[in-house]
Amino acid sequence: MNRLGTVREIRDAFRRGERSAVDVCTEALSCIAMRDPELHAFNTITGEQALARAAAIDSDRARWIDRPLAGVPVALKDNLCTRGVRTTASSRILEHFVPPFDATAVARLESAGAVIVGKTNCDEFAMGSSNENSAFGPARNPWAPDRIPGGSSGGSAVAVASGMTPLALGSDTGGSIRQPAALCGIVGLKPTYGRVSRYGLLAFASSLDQIGPLARTVEDVAIALTVIAGADPADATTAAEPVPDFSAGLSSHARGMRVGVPQTLVDQGVDGEVTAAYRAALDVLRDRGATLIDIDLPYAGAAIPVYYLIATAEASSNLARYDGVRYGFRDRGTDGDSTHRRDLDLKTMYARTRARGFGPEVKRRIMLGTYVLSAGYYDAYYLKAQQVRTLIRRDYERAFEQVEVVAMPTSPTPAFKIGERVSDPLQMYLADVFTVSANLAGLPAVSVPCGFTGNGLPIGLQLTGRTFEELTMLRIAHAYEQGK
Amino acid sequence: MPFEAVIGLEIHAQLQTASKIFCGCSTVFGAPPNTHVCPVCLGFPGALPVLNGAAVDFAVRAGLALGCRINDRSIFARKNYFYPDLPKGYQISQYELPLASQGALEYTVGDGIRRVGITRVHLEEDAGKSLHEGFSDSDRKTYVDFNRSGVPLIEIVTEPDLRSAPEAAAFFARLRAILVWLGVNDGNMEEGSLRCDANVSVRPAGSGAFGTKAEVKNLNSFRFLQKALEYEIDRQIELLREGGRVRQETRLFDAASGGTVSMRSKEEAHDYRYFPEPDLPPVVLDADRVDALRRAMPELPDARRRRFIEQHALPEYDAGHLTESRALADYFEQAVAAGGSPKMVSNWMMGELARALNDNGREISDAPVTAARLASLLQLIDRGTISGAMAKGVFEKMCASGRDAAEIVEAEGLSQIDDEAQILERITSVLSEHADAVAQFRAGKAAALGFLVGQVMKATAGKANPRRVNELLKRELGGGSPGT
Ligand SMILES: [Zn+2]
Repeated sequence: MNRLGTVREIRDAFRRGERSAVDVCTEALSCIAMRDPELHAFNTITGEQALARAAAIDSDRARWIDRPLAGVPVALKDNLCTRGVRTTASSRILEHFVPPFDATAVARLESAGAVIVGKTNCDEFAMGSSNENSAFGPARNPWAPDRIPGGSSGGSAVAVASGMTPLALGSDTGGSIRQPAALCGIVGLKPTYGRVSRYGLLAFASSLDQIGPLARTVEDVAIALTVIAGADPADATTAAEPVPDFSAGLSSHARGMRVGVPQTLVDQGVDGEVTAAYRAALDVLRDRGATLIDIDLPYAGAAIPVYYLIATAEASSNLARYDGVRYGFRDRGTDGDSTHRRDLDLKTMYARTRARGFGPEVKRRIMLGTYVLSAGYYDAYYLKAQQVRTLIRRDYERAFEQVEVVAMPTSPTPAFKIGERVSDPLQMYLADVFTVSANLAGLPAVSVPCGFTGNGLPIGLQLTGRTFEELTMLRIAHAYEQGK
Repeated sequence: MPFEAVIGLEIHAQLQTASKIFCGCSTVFGAPPNTHVCPVCLGFPGALPVLNGAAVDFAVRAGLALGCRINDRSIFARKNYFYPDLPKGYQISQYELPLASQGALEYTVGDGIRRVGITRVHLEEDAGKSLHEGFSDSDRKTYVDFNRSGVPLIEIVTEPDLRSAPEAAAFFARLRAILVWLGVNDGNMEEGSLRCDANVSVRPAGSGAFGTKAEVKNLNSFRFLQKALEYEIDRQIELLREGGRVRQETRLFDAASGGTVSMRSKEEAHDYRYFPEPDLPPVVLDADRVDALRRAMPELPDARRRRFIEQHALPEYDAGHLTESRALADYFEQAVAAGGSPKMVSNWMMGELARALNDNGREISDAPVTAARLASLLQLIDRGTISGAMAKGVFEKMCASGRDAAEIVEAEGLSQIDDEAQILERITSVLSEHADAVAQFRAGKAAALGFLVGQVMKATAGKANPRRVNELLKRELGGGSPGT
């Protein structure tokens, strides 16, 4: 499964002239051809383009040799715009949509030498925690194909975990990178809000969305973050913060680091095996030199309702543009009886286009968000949620006066069976209980593998860091990774 | 029972920036449909707005000219509604924290000066344009042109301080003049770059309470504004007199009938579900930037009018007229600076020059005679080189030929005869030819002098300086009888 190697290994082998970009790409594509029919990680595979691009890199080695991702195959979540390659967000409404431009993060990957091999499956418009809300069918967990890979960046996690690509990009609005990374046994990083440009990311909830990498090692996500991070004139919410080389200075100890443990929060509703793995992970951190400090996050318990109010409100507005007028699916049906056919009037066209174009979870969230913003409800829901969001942010600020990172399980349970929770959206929403706070507070967070359940399902440890201090957070994550 | 009207206006003015408010597309009017568009102003998935700083500067200038407080922090908000010419399904506007607020503007109506409170000035983007007519299949289809989508606007909202249709029209004219004066707006109502809606209610005269208001839209000329308001005020008074009630609703002015028709009731009104725009950071205006803009402001019409009265000793009427536009005022001051005497320049600008512009359908900025040339013409009158009557002819020739006054006077031998000997020679012969008139004069008939002056002028083909002719004639007639 690991024949392809890590980002670092592929890049270094390319530099030494041991592997060509075409060799690596061919290997990735054959792995995809072999595994994807079962796992359904990809919505679109861009094999020909990828090989042409790899050949171009090989034929101009001098130009690419020093680039940080030279010859590295990358999978992109299908909500990242790719010029000339269809970008569906796993929705019927964009099934045939081909963007006229590349997302900034995609353009930065390519100029770093990456080879895009395809677009990965996800929950429709990134709304979901299981990848079951894809209009094109769920992706499957490579560790147990009858189980979900997590979501919404499920396909990206599957591509990396199954060895199809060493690196993938996902997007994380409430845990959509970290949770599938945890359930698939890989590393997933959500950067600080404003660290990576959102230009070209199909918006779900603009104040929460961040693009981030999924890979097999902490070092690999650090390399990828260094490439995609940084201010972008096309996204006014990116920060002018300097971008360090996040992969430099990773070491195997965590001496002098203080790790916050929100015990009360973690005691509630967490699977026994996950709790055990979490405690073992804390022991490893202590062994690596870190100090464990009990912290309190009193408002974190309110994170789920706050998140679902803010995220759905923003989504209801962000998804209004999918109206059948300019691009994407339009219901071109007619109205009237057989003798008096006529074109649909505008309102009927809107209603039918959106009714047929969106899946049930997307519709549920649009309706919820519309309600939350409605006259007479705004103060009670949206405004109140923003106020509690501020309190959650303050919880973390207070905690970060004492610690460098906060450690929690990434997901309260390991991967569940496909279909198990589809009829119970509330239960599904609880999968995000430990991940949404980082989005609400704009903080960076990373999930690293921390063992397996008795029946072989991966478990993830989540570290949440201070704003724009990914470097420290990744160093601690790396030390843990080396020590486990 | 007498009624009075209560009117507030909402004015949308396009800002004269070269590019749109959130993207780099051109704002030039009249380009072929959908040629000034990009992913941002077409609302493509993944595209993000970036604020054009020039639009902010224009809005601040307008706010300053309207005496507003410029808020150091204002935020954008999304106004959500579906319409085919609104590409994102929301308009980016400002809601709770506008750019500027709490101003006032004085204007003149009849012979009184009135003051209207300015509630707020905020920034927003324009929508595209729906084309319902003009195509062969217009009976079944509507086309949309997005060139206007994203053009920067300010919305100016007044307090309900206007009490009649003529007041509203006079205020709107004043506001337009100021916006054009500032270079913020081109004042072109036909092209839709300045648009006006009105909130109208009526109440028993002297009552402090407000009646139920109707919003009247589509008032896109001064005439329409006045007509629509007159109609609407009469309609509401009529309703109340008959014991009915005014409905809160939106009404549309119909230019063809001159009346207003109901467009939608309060119950059908949109719930715009405003919420803060997460894609744009707050607009932060530090005091230095506002001060710099304040210092760079042109002298405003009122200040300039007062200065014209004080500095150039112009009558109130002249000063008011000459400050109707910045170009007019600039022309005046240029002519004065070039040596024209202020009152004479004013008379000529309001007389001959205005006529010449009017006859040729030209603007003052495009005047056929420059300010400096007008001044040199007036100097010729001052020096007695030509008479005022001759100057009119010279001015016409200047307009037609573009030649300088002195050149025309020289070439056509138009200089006045001022030489005593030359004039006396003519007087002597006129007196001998018209002995009867001389006798009448001597007999006390004063009108005879006028006849004799006319004869002398005729004898010099109008070139003699009439003042000199008068003097010399009197001297000659006073000194002895004819023939001696
Ligand atoms: Zn544009």
